[in-house]
Amino acid sequence: MITFMNNSDSEEEPCNERTSLMSAESPPVPSYQDGLQALEAGEAQAHRKRRAGSSRGVNNIAGGEMSGSGVPVRESALENEEEELTLKYGAKHVIMLFVPVTLCMIVVVATIKSVRFYTEKNGQLIYTPFSEDTPSVGQRLLNSVLNTIVMISVIIVMTVFLVLLYKYRCYKFIHGWLILSSLMLLFLFTYIYLGEVLKTYNVAMDYPTLFIVIWNFGAVGMICIHWKGPLQLQQAYLIMISALMALVFIKYLPEWSAWVILGAISIYDLMAVLCPKGPLRMLVETAQERNEPIFPALIYSSAMMWTVGMAKPVTAARGPSQQQTWDAAEDGRQHLRSPSHAESQMSETRSPVPTRPATSLEELEEEERGVKLGLGDFIFYSVLVGKAAATASGDWNTTLACFVAILIGLCLTLLLLAVFKKALPALPISITFGLIFYFSTDNLVRPFMDTLASHQLYI
Amino acid sequence: PAFGLFIFTIARDPLRIIILIAGAFFWLVSLLLSSLIWFIAVKASDPQDERLQKGLLIFGVMFSVLLQEAFRFLYYKLLRKAIEGLVALSEDGCSPISIQQMAYVAGVGFGLMSGAFSMINLLADALGPGTVGIHGDSQLYFLTSAFMTMVLIFLHTFWGILFFHGCEHQRWWEIAAVVIMHLTVSGLSFCNPLYVGSLVPSYLLMAAAAAWAYLLSGGSAQNLWRFLLCKC
Repeated sequence: MITFMNNSDSEEEPCNERTSLMSAESPPVPSYQDGLQALEAGEAQAHRKRRAGSSRGVNNIAGGEMSGSGVPVRESALENEEEELTLKYGAKHVIMLFVPVTLCMIVVVATIKSVRFYTEKNGQLIYTPFSEDTPSVGQRLLNSVLNTIVMISVIIVMTVFLVLLYKYRCYKFIHGWLILSSLMLLFLFTYIYLGEVLKTYNVAMDYPTLFIVIWNFGAVGMICIHWKGPLQLQQAYLIMISALMALVFIKYLPEWSAWVILGAISIYDLMAVLCPKGPLRMLVETAQERNEPIFPALIYSSAMMWTVGMAKPVTAARGPSQQQTWDAAEDGRQHLRSPSHAESQMSETRSPVPTRPATSLEELEEEERGVKLGLGDFIFYSVLVGKAAATASGDWNTTLACFVAILIGLCLTLLLLAVFKKALPALPISITFGLIFYFSTDNLVRPFMDTLASHQLYI
Repeated sequence: PAFGLFIFTIARDPLRIIILIAGAFFWLVSLLLSSLIWFIAVKASDPQDERLQKGLLIFGVMFSVLLQEAFRFLYYKLLRKAIEGLVALSEDGCSPISIQQMAYVAGVGFGLMSGAFSMINLLADALGPGTVGIHGDSQLYFLTSAFMTMVLIFLHTFWGILFFHGCEHQRWWEIAAVVIMHLTVSGLSFCNPLYVGSLVPSYLLMAAAAAWAYLLSGGSAQNLWRFLLCKC
């Protein structure tokens, strides 16, 4: 009954997160499961009933259909309906993901274009030990490949570490780790960012004001992300954090390494999520076995999800609510988060779903499904677009082309999600498209458009 | 104006936004391919020969136009399939979005992308310091570029509607007309910087295309009259 959600893992060296694209829906589809208990089936039924009942909360093109579902018919009819509903919700979900991704990219591009700091090369991270200042092309290529290998191995180690921690139930450790990372991200990086922006616009700010602003920002952020908060605020914080991370990446990754890393990460994402022995897959399966929500870390959710903290079921008093939590647990489980890197300075962004006690059926129905996308995905998309904005000589054309390419990749991934209904990596398709378009636009389209523009010809 | 079109008509419905972005994507791919061809041609030819370069450029432009129309056709095919899928999915047997709406959105997608690509570098440069036409070129460069871009975006929109309509009803002459119009407009832009030659006919063509598309979409002079009267 778990609708497979896509897992998107994003690893960033600091926050080795894997992001996968996960659909927050979990329409129970008994036929897809083998060996599911009747409980789940019953839940599915209740779920469908609920869904059939609610037609107000969901404001999408399929809104009308919901009321038509009527009494759930089991098995094949259930399947079909589930499929239909999923596909119908598809457009709305896509948009729900488009908007934050777009916003993140806009923030990154705007910053790159205006603040000089992020395009200066001031050294490299320890994760990319090989320098790219070498005279020969071959050497440079070799160095970037070596950098990539180092980075990917760091990510793999982190992921496996996290999976092991999860397996052996060291929840407190993971929790503490994530809190530490987000603390670091919220305070330190914001401070740097704010400093640079103020420098660029030549605005003076005294330290007390700065302290107050950053303190407020950070404190509210911590609360929002790790505890409860309004959904929009949480989403905004997650977007900002992703943008900050992406900016750091853009600044500190040397040129060619960045591109090779992007390519390698999408391949890794593909393998880690889909291969049976992949760490992420193991994480999901472990969580499923234990019927626990995967600790809500590092996901962006477009709709409210009710998870109950780490692993406690909601009051068993109310039957429906129990089922809800179960669903939520299922949903939460589907989100794979990549391990957070405690030692590294970067922290992953967490997007713990805000806890909301299930109070009423309508409320639950309202919370519907959103789609969940891992924050690492945000970050790497933004890295791609930001790099395009920073380094391409075709400037805006290339940036725009990469932007459209990434959005289309996201669309396709969501389509595949609707078809396959399992955790899918969100990185590969988009990044591939983005890379193709970046290189081709930069080298092929740009001279063409420039020549056209200089003669003022229009095609 | 194109952006206004987007906000008022498209941004509401998520499906339309997806179609828009996909349309833009298709245009982008067509541009990619055409610039690839042009690039190869340029590389293979003598860079010193001015006339040859100009000729190659013209060839590139025409080829690009043809490719764009070809991609529009491909996009039409894709949307046909999508509509069938949507109809099959929906409960009451009719799709949530009609082919005409799709045509409109696809046209806007094409137009937005082409306009963006034409204008955005110009806009970025316009922010910076400089004087327009300092080397003896026309002073009106930015203005005319803006107008030309706008007319092109609108034209793409109308062409989308006409094209899809032609494909729907198997009227090949409509499709041919669209292609010819596109070629004409691009060709007219060769008259630049003699702006009279390029802008005025383009606007006339746009008006014609607008009227045609309006009539095809089921409007009529009567409708228009009533609409205007009702408003005030």
